[in-house]
Amino acid sequence: MTHLTTPITEEKIRALKVGDAVEITGTLFTGRDAVHKYLHEGGTLPEGVSFKDGIIYHCGPVVIKDEEGKWKVTAAGPTTSIREEPYQGHIIKEFGLRGVIGKGGMGDRTLAANKEFGCVYLHAIGGAAQVLAECIKSVRNVYFLEKFGSPEAIWELEVENFPVVVTMDSHGGSLHQEVFNNSQAELAKRL
Amino acid sequence: MSDLQDSLVELIRRTSAEIPDDVQKAILTSLENEKKGTIAESAFKIIEANIKLAKQKSQPICQDTGSIIFYVECPVGFDQITFEETARTAVTLATKKGYLRQNSVDSLTGKNDGTNVGPGAPTVHFHQHRSSEIKVSLMLKGGGCENVGAQYSLPSEKLKANRDLDGCRKVILDAVLQAQGKGCGPGILGVCIGGDRATGYEYSKQQFLRTIEDRNPNQELDALEQDILKTANELGIGPMGFGGKTTLLGVKICAANRLPASFFVSISYMCWAYRRQGVILSNESKIEKWLY
Repeated sequence: MTHLTTPITEEKIRALKVGDAVEITGTLFTGRDAVHKYLHEGGTLPEGVSFKDGIIYHCGPVVIKDEEGKWKVTAAGPTTSIREEPYQGHIIKEFGLRGVIGKGGMGDRTLAANKEFGCVYLHAIGGAAQVLAECIKSVRNVYFLEKFGSPEAIWELEVENFPVVVTMDSHGGSLHQEVFNNSQAELAKRL
Repeated sequence: MSDLQDSLVELIRRTSAEIPDDVQKAILTSLENEKKGTIAESAFKIIEANIKLAKQKSQPICQDTGSIIFYVECPVGFDQITFEETARTAVTLATKKGYLRQNSVDSLTGKNDGTNVGPGAPTVHFHQHRSSEIKVSLMLKGGGCENVGAQYSLPSEKLKANRDLDGCRKVILDAVLQAQGKGCGPGILGVCIGGDRATGYEYSKQQFLRTIEDRNPNQELDALEQDILKTANELGIGPMGFGGKTTLLGVKICAANRLPASFFVSISYMCWAYRRQGVILSNESKIEKWLY
């Protein structure tokens, strides 16, 4: 098990390989469909938000206000990442991301951006909203809440030992491509 | 607050937080079958821990609390208008309590007003029957698995699929291959052979009201279900698409008549976070019995 704390250096990211189990401590920014489209179209990050050497989490959490008016994340698993494929490579490049957390994997353009700019794709367990919410220790801030609505907003989350698996590394390795190719060959034998 | 509203809020809470027993059993069996020390095994362990934690905390199993689909079987004379209005109020209330995510977006403006109520949301299907029983089933179907659903029109030259059961088998297995782990596998397939584009998908979803262990009374369809399940689990896609032995937990197939010109095979995919529950309501709209 590898432990990483944000901000993360390029060297540490380059050391990761497909199949490595990783636990993350530090800051995660959520961002999904609306945020990716907005940034890709030239939108700027709100003041106080920097993705440099950081991690974006494809997630639309359930967040409620507790009795004291503080935000509390009550469910926070990953959403399907492939929808961000048209935008992700550009955002890795422009904003200096070191990690993208999501589920289901991404395509060739993201894999190429991983390699060129030193980033990895980290797979969280889809549907495991409670186990992952337990790792979120606090909500530091929220941005674009009005503009994009709660699931699509940028939530700045403080996490501890957030469990993920490297499924696309910075050396061109993709578990998703490998499993697809193998399963396609196995299916061909059975038709 | 009416008794019906109370009962529906409780139905939503339990559906969102608790996996039905038949699904949990299938997940635990699959966990035992996965190879020790693999990422497939650790994925299953997180899934198992998540199921326990959600139930214990009474919180959503998955943050995508999905499309809200009610199936109501009711006697003649049942007030469907009051039911639907109460269901909408119950959904908004359950959203405030955090049992449901603010999950409904205006498709034209992109606005999410946070109520989970709007055109087509929630969906309520009514079916009248001769019995006096009021049966309400609820399915919460997440977007990740909905997105990997597929509808094929036979013949498919690309997949060499003709208008017969072997052609159906080919396109169903193609849907499994294309889905990989994107729908939060291990998944469950609901399939309808025939129908039109709308009813095909609708009937395919209704297959999810069947329990994992039940068997199809139609022998041909039963054989096809067992064959697809076995073959899919030989492909090595595994939980989350990590590779592994369990790609599907179950396959449920029905058939509907079609037009001579059309031959659709509609495939819905349900994620492992299979949220489906149901209740029998008393005449006073109190919960008498849980169905799953």
